[in-house]
Amino acid sequence: MKFGIVIFPGSNCDYDTFNVLRDVFHMETVFLWHKDHNIKDVDCIILPGGFSYGDYLRSGAIARFSPLMQEVKEFAMKGGLVLGICNGFQVLLELGLLPGAMLRNKNLKFLCQHVHIRIEEKKTPFTKRGEKGQVLRIPIAHFDGNYYDSEEGIETLIENNQIVFRYSEHNGLISDKGNVNGSKESVAGIINKAGNVMGMMPHPERASEAILGSEDGKIIFQSIIDWLA
Amino acid sequence: MKVRVLVSFKDSVLDPQGQTVKNALHTLGYKNISDVRQGKVFEVDITDMSDADIEKIIPEISNKVLANPIIEKFTWEILE
Repeated sequence: MKFGIVIFPGSNCDYDTFNVLRDVFHMETVFLWHKDHNIKDVDCIILPGGFSYGDYLRSGAIARFSPLMQEVKEFAMKGGLVLGICNGFQVLLELGLLPGAMLRNKNLKFLCQHVHIRIEEKKTPFTKRGEKGQVLRIPIAHFDGNYYDSEEGIETLIENNQIVFRYSEHNGLISDKGNVNGSKESVAGIINKAGNVMGMMPHPERASEAILGSEDGKIIFQSIIDWLA
Repeated sequence: MKVRVLVSFKDSVLDPQGQTVKNALHTLGYKNISDVRQGKVFEVDITDMSDADIEKIIPEISNKVLANPIIEKFTWEILE
């Protein structure tokens, strides 16, 4: 089982993710350079957080045109597991592998804080180790995380059970208070219809060791490992 | 040839930055300003291309790159 982490100019959670996969879970993990055309036979591709291309134009808008992304798209079309975290999620939206777009946070502030998210779907490769309704405490760090899609788009997400995580209060209550960035339907993470590409704004790699204040993020990585095993 | 492309949020999309600018203008006393929408301007230089081709590629690059059609709309004009 091999994990690949894509590095764009401006990625800054690449090594955090590498550290969790290699040193916490002892997985074979390699970096994938955005200019290459080689995904190195990995079983799961992670697009890490950061500010690819300085967020020029729109978050994730330029990274989408990196040479490697063609391979990532083909890998995803064939059913390969792809996880986009924060900026990685924004790249997946711009790439069209996931529906919708990101707007600036409702309060126009860069939000860097621990939040609570509720698992809405357990039957995914990314959450099978969790429980539906389980609340995770995981940090966010973003300016543009205010998820938006048209009314029809949101209805489709709900109908197909594609909303995987919602922002909530600590007890799992979905409310305006818990929905820190103003996302439609409190969306914190969604999956594609085929169920192999997921994007999430919170950073599980920053919550996978007790010394960092939360280990809740491990559920996501452990789920992927179980799924691939 | 120089083309100017204006990109702004669709009317159905809330523009919190525009709202903040409007509120600031109200604070300064410009009470008659009822709404502000913020957008982006691109000035694109094009060489050796017919008008017909320009009419074809500007909407193409706007939809593909300059704007995100899920949240944004665009207009364009030929400057010179």
